[in-house]
Amino acid sequence: MDGWNRLTAHELVDRMNRRECSSEEVVRSVLDAIQSKDGPIHGYLSVDPEDALAQARAADTARRNGVSGRLMGVPVAVKDVLNVRGQSCTCASRILKGYTAPYDATAIARLRAEGAIFLGRTNMDEFAMGSTTENSAYGVTRNPWDLGRVPGGSSGGSAAVVAADEAIVAIGTDTGGSIRQPASFCGCVGLKPTYGRVSRYGLTAYASSLDQIGPMAKDVRDAALLFEIMSGHDPMDSSSLPEAVPAAGDLLVPDLKGIRLGLPAEYFVSGMDADVERCVRHAVQQCKDLGAEIVEVSLPHTRAAIATYYIIATAEASANLARFDGVRYGTRATGANEPIELYKRTRAEGFGPEVKRRIILGTYVLSSGYYDAYYVTAQKVRSLIREDFGKAFSQCDAILAPVSPTAAYQIGEKSEDPLQMYLGDIFTVPVNLAGICGLSVPCGFTGAGLPVGLQVIGPALGEMIVLKAGAAFEKVSCAAGRRPGLM
Amino acid sequence: MTKYKATIGLEVHVQLKTRTKMFCGCSTSFGAPPNTQVCPVCLGYPGSLPVMNGEAIRLTVMAGLMLGCRVNPFSKFDRKNYFYPDMPKNYQISQYDKPLCLGGGVDVEMGEQTRRIGLTRIHLEEDVAKNLHMATWSGIDFNRAGVPLMEIVSEPELSTPDEAMAYLQTLRQILVYAGVSECNMEEGNLRCDVNVSVRPEEQSALGTKIEIKNLNTFKGVHGALVYEIARQIAAVQAGEPIRQETRRWDSEMEETFPMRTKEEAHDYRYFPEPDLMPVSLPARWVRQWESELPELPATRRDRFITQYGIPEYDAKVLSADRAIGEYFEAAVRVSRHAKAISNWVMTDVLRVLAERAVSIEKFPIAAAELAELVELAETRQINSNTARTVFEVMLGGGGKASDIVRERGLTQVSDAGAIEVIVRQAIESNPKSVEDYRNGKEAAMKFLIGQVMRASKGKANPQMASELLGRMLGPPSS
Amino acid sequence: MTQGKKQCGQGVDVKYVANLARMDLSGDEADAFQRQLARVVEYFRELQELDLTGVEPMAHAAVIENVFRADVPRESLPRDEVLRNAPQANADLFVVPKIVE
Repeated sequence: MDGWNRLTAHELVDRMNRRECSSEEVVRSVLDAIQSKDGPIHGYLSVDPEDALAQARAADTARRNGVSGRLMGVPVAVKDVLNVRGQSCTCASRILKGYTAPYDATAIARLRAEGAIFLGRTNMDEFAMGSTTENSAYGVTRNPWDLGRVPGGSSGGSAAVVAADEAIVAIGTDTGGSIRQPASFCGCVGLKPTYGRVSRYGLTAYASSLDQIGPMAKDVRDAALLFEIMSGHDPMDSSSLPEAVPAAGDLLVPDLKGIRLGLPAEYFVSGMDADVERCVRHAVQQCKDLGAEIVEVSLPHTRAAIATYYIIATAEASANLARFDGVRYGTRATGANEPIELYKRTRAEGFGPEVKRRIILGTYVLSSGYYDAYYVTAQKVRSLIREDFGKAFSQCDAILAPVSPTAAYQIGEKSEDPLQMYLGDIFTVPVNLAGICGLSVPCGFTGAGLPVGLQVIGPALGEMIVLKAGAAFEKVSCAAGRRPGLM
Repeated sequence: MTKYKATIGLEVHVQLKTRTKMFCGCSTSFGAPPNTQVCPVCLGYPGSLPVMNGEAIRLTVMAGLMLGCRVNPFSKFDRKNYFYPDMPKNYQISQYDKPLCLGGGVDVEMGEQTRRIGLTRIHLEEDVAKNLHMATWSGIDFNRAGVPLMEIVSEPELSTPDEAMAYLQTLRQILVYAGVSECNMEEGNLRCDVNVSVRPEEQSALGTKIEIKNLNTFKGVHGALVYEIARQIAAVQAGEPIRQETRRWDSEMEETFPMRTKEEAHDYRYFPEPDLMPVSLPARWVRQWESELPELPATRRDRFITQYGIPEYDAKVLSADRAIGEYFEAAVRVSRHAKAISNWVMTDVLRVLAERAVSIEKFPIAAAELAELVELAETRQINSNTARTVFEVMLGGGGKASDIVRERGLTQVSDAGAIEVIVRQAIESNPKSVEDYRNGKEAAMKFLIGQVMRASKGKANPQMASELLGRMLGPPSS
Repeated sequence: MTQGKKQCGQGVDVKYVANLARMDLSGDEADAFQRQLARVVEYFRELQELDLTGVEPMAHAAVIENVFRADVPRESLPRDEVLRNAPQANADLFVVPKIVE
């Protein structure tokens, strides 16, 4: 059988363990898919076939020698924001051209320890700033379901390559929805873990108090597997939670009996695409049919989340991106006569417009005289948003919601209006602000045949509830396992 | 003519005595080749994250406790944003509104007077890299970037350069005492920013404040203050306005100059460091650390005077260095001859330490061993010359004083009969000297004593020898 | 961290802010940002209408404190590897245009 690229990680590990296929065959089939499909999709920024095949052969040898690993020989696509020793890490920015990571991110090291193969780096919005992957210095990624549309973002490359079977699984990052929204747009599964669950060490920071690494996969079980491997306490990240991670274990719950799922009124408001609302409401009904009890909950400060998010995220980003100055790594503008000029030119040439816009905004909200009005206010609203979820989770085990008000839109459709673009993050940013977890799982299609995701939001450390609910729903979802009818 | 008054406040940056940097495991050791003590964290690499060095926190709190500060029950780190080539992240992790320690003060002795100079706060931050300036370019060595720096901010309560010096010296002594820092000036362990303004004596409102940055010697602080106060007074007298600015001290020209690069508006955009969690030290930790504090140098000095009855001068010398003081006290526990021990430590021990350029920890004679030697000398079992000889032998690793004395037969002869035999021999074999003595030559007596000592191999009690000689020779004719 | 209070929503002084952020902007960029950010900042002002009395600011998503590392040295990076990443370096230093103090 060929078409190993269409399988999931857990299926492949089983097959490789039964010697039905080798890692080399799997990697070859993924490389073939990339070769044939990635031209128009452009999900990858770089792929190193020789290196990937060498890693695959090493994994096959290891397996023959009795070495086991939960991802032994499985290729993993990595968003270009994570450091992998010896690989480039451009963050889809010109400013990091030429940078070679001298170390592994903790999440990468943990995947590596389980035998994962790192075969390529996926496209993204520059420094993870964006919701479309149009803000890449190296060209837009296209949605495999409709090449005229965006794949979502910022982890659009990771979502697209998983959806197009150009990858088995991928790693993304989520600061305000950057895993869940592209997963929804591309019809795959994406998990944003609780803040502090997966070490951020080695993740190039966009907004430090919001960033999380998470899996993007073809099914919930793969997402759970990768989550379990990557998470757990890391002494290199001060914000890493000390709690042990429960084993993903058996997610094959037959139904949702005894589970209470909350439906926030504020997430079903005018402005939402009718197809999206139909899909999500249908999914809610399916969960009810599976035995879940559906309760109304309220998240009253939802409306304030966008402003709160963009103040906090851009403020943190303005400092996090100050280090890109052309001195220690990356590119440098030529012809500067003194350091300040060097910075100004390097940063002018190295950053794209959205990154510049957010740096300006973040610098502004922190600048003398505005700090209290913006930053402190946003931090207070952030407390209220967290309290909202706290109250909601006293009434339910998890919350069902849309991921995005719309399905994938046309390339260029929103790029001229930043505020409209920002407003599209309304259903995802509250989860990051509260530091809780959220899963996007495919739940249907629009009339135009575009995938729609269902968001399952859980409390802090509630990944197991979310994954179990997602796995049960996935079994009845009409969208599960569907692939774009490409080419 | 109008008299002017200066108001001075100091910000002292002290490198803490840690093995590793503030937020990463790179070594802090001095003098390594450039850019060899660096890692993704202290180079500000993409994706790297800081983790607090617990020892730096402990040392800062120890310093605060020594200086009478309150330990802040809630403390946090903030990002201070500004671009400079010595700053790897282009923000410095520092503490803005919740420093580790608040208040406190330093008792500064100026002649007979003691003044308490109040402290505003002590906070912790990371050091920057070292810029090296070449003819056409600058080079950066990041080894120092991220080294823990404690900043001690004084109230503007100093008024003269001498007072500022005395404050710095006292502060330095306390910090070294507490084991918080080596305060090694050559290695840049202690650097200082100075704030100074002048005003006519009768005026109560403070004048415009000038900051002088990065003074790394006490002499520099003094020189910069003397120059700057004179400059500001001259400007005020000439009716020139003083512009609020940052200046630097040129130690060769002995002048201060405005710093061009620090002219930008100070819009540091402080905000809480999201990569570091708050510090909320449990009271029991603080109590534990408090119980481990050494006494202040001045307290120890006063105690030495009353407890051991040694002169103030001795007490001051012996308490100047914590380890010397401890050596002295350990010796006094073995031999009660405190003044004699003090003499030995102040002269012989400190001389040898200076000659060998080592610290007391590396001194070959343990305190108890020195005490035994002193005991032998003070109880006249050996004479002072012998004691010195024994000391030299001990320095060379010769063992215990009593063993050396016994093995070499150095015990002082104080038996009158035995000494008399030797004295008689000396008189008989030196008739010329005897005659000289009798004719009034004082030097002849010294010669004869010398002969007795030589014949006794230095063991004769010199006092007894002298008395016996005098008795046997009778008075000189005058 | 009270750094004085200013009325918000007067728009963003893009030039001042770009200088703080050490980033040159072209005239077109500055104009576009001025326009776009005015709308965004206007939108941010909605937050000020919320009643926030007695609400504590939330600085961290994780509720943990006292995260310390032992004072134990770890291996540093090899200098060659570090300097290889630098846009400009000599044998042992990172090189920048001359700093004038």
